[in-house]
Amino acid sequence: MSEAATPRTQRARITAITSGKGGVGKTFVSANLAAALAKRGERVLVLDADLGLANLDVVLNLYPKITLHDVFTGKHRLEDAIVPVAGGFSVLLAGSGMVEYSRLTPEVRDQLLATIEAVTPRFDRVLLDTGAGISDVVLYTVSLAHDVLVVTTPEPTAMTDAYATIKVLAGTQGRRTLQLVVNQVLKPGEGRTIRGQLQQVIDRYVSPGLEAPVKLEFIGEVPVDPAVREAVQKRQLLLEVFPGSPAAQAVLALAARLVS
Amino acid sequence: MLKLDVALSLLRQSGHPPPSGEHGSTTWMQGLLDALCELSSRDALTGLANRRHFEMALAREMDRVARAGEPALLLMLDIDHFKRVNDSHGHAAGDLVLKAVSDALLECVRPMDTVARIGGEEFAIVLPNCPPAFGPTVAERVRTRVERRPVAIGPSQKISVTVSLGGAFAPQWVRSTVPLWLERADLQLYNAKTGGRNRAVFEPAAVSLVSAEEKGLLFSQPRPDDDTDDMRDAHA
Repeated sequence: MSEAATPRTQRARITAITSGKGGVGKTFVSANLAAALAKRGERVLVLDADLGLANLDVVLNLYPKITLHDVFTGKHRLEDAIVPVAGGFSVLLAGSGMVEYSRLTPEVRDQLLATIEAVTPRFDRVLLDTGAGISDVVLYTVSLAHDVLVVTTPEPTAMTDAYATIKVLAGTQGRRTLQLVVNQVLKPGEGRTIRGQLQQVIDRYVSPGLEAPVKLEFIGEVPVDPAVREAVQKRQLLLEVFPGSPAAQAVLALAARLVS
Repeated sequence: MLKLDVALSLLRQSGHPPPSGEHGSTTWMQGLLDALCELSSRDALTGLANRRHFEMALAREMDRVARAGEPALLLMLDIDHFKRVNDSHGHAAGDLVLKAVSDALLECVRPMDTVARIGGEEFAIVLPNCPPAFGPTVAERVRTRVERRPVAIGPSQKISVTVSLGGAFAPQWVRSTVPLWLERADLQLYNAKTGGRNRAVFEPAAVSLVSAEEKGLLFSQPRPDDDTDDMRDAHA
């Protein structure tokens, strides 16, 4: 069982945001959580680590001139690819040319590690918006983080895939604490119930094979909220356009919980 | 003045009706363009999609799968010992075999599937929204359909034909590339060939990470949640 390969020169706390299933709102959580953390005074960078399927630029309505792809290919310097955005944080976008990085080669591995080592001294927190699923690129990206935040929804397939992700991360990376955010809940308290259900299966089927139990830390839930859809259609951050909406308030609470 | 006679004779030669509308009108020109596009995406002998069209369909499907997560299957198939047909019965017989196989393939798929001839005796089918459990069923249907239908290559001569198939599903949620998907299916086709031909071989499915028991417990009656805040200090 290998320890997570955390870069040594870090200053920033690195949090990987992942999910088993796609389409559960990973990028929504990453972007708005970044804005919420920035409101609390943190210097935040969101690194679009969904190399094959990046859409942070779409969510934030950015037309990046310089992307991680240009950095990887040596066309531009890393500094030039870090873009400040409206939410008060910075982003480093993967760029559509990253399709060719959807397989983890030693080059991709080294370049990701070098990128993260280079950015961490300049930020308080780096959020890695990873791809869905448990491909080797996703697992490697997650291994670079101090914390893992798993996003799920109450939907059964999303929960099953979240569980599979947790199981793999516990087994292959020695993760003993994972954070959970339940997005798109229909009634208050549903998130906690889901955490309980997942924890129950972890206690029964995952922890017994390991030397220490795996704990799922509930960070919070975000309610289904029409404001989210509206913000997405405007291609703006929810926290910017509807800061008073229930979902925005919930994201602020997630940030408060993360820094507490 | 546009020179359209070559285009029109190409359409005639391929059996396309001439474009409707008044000669030279926008409607007529559009009809001509549509017919030419159609022509350039088809295989001349079998009428199936050609390789160019197929790769476009495959790329579209790959993008869709990456985002929507629906399973999609790529089947590559190859007529067994096709060279022998050509060598012992001539190329005209070979063409009849190719046509017969392409007809058999079309009978085995849904309207939404794309069947293509991508090389000499090589065909490919992309099946959108095909659950993994159905893959082997479809492949077996294709294999037996071809096997059970001898091809008439002369007034009183029939030869039996078989095909080998290789299948690979597009990776869900992960964007891959068309060449990689083709390579994976092609590898299984190679395995089918070396495994004795007239068979279908699939890429081994990823082992399911979540057992039925685990799912059962996950969706059983929820237990009261006992998450406490004290663990925060434990891992800080």
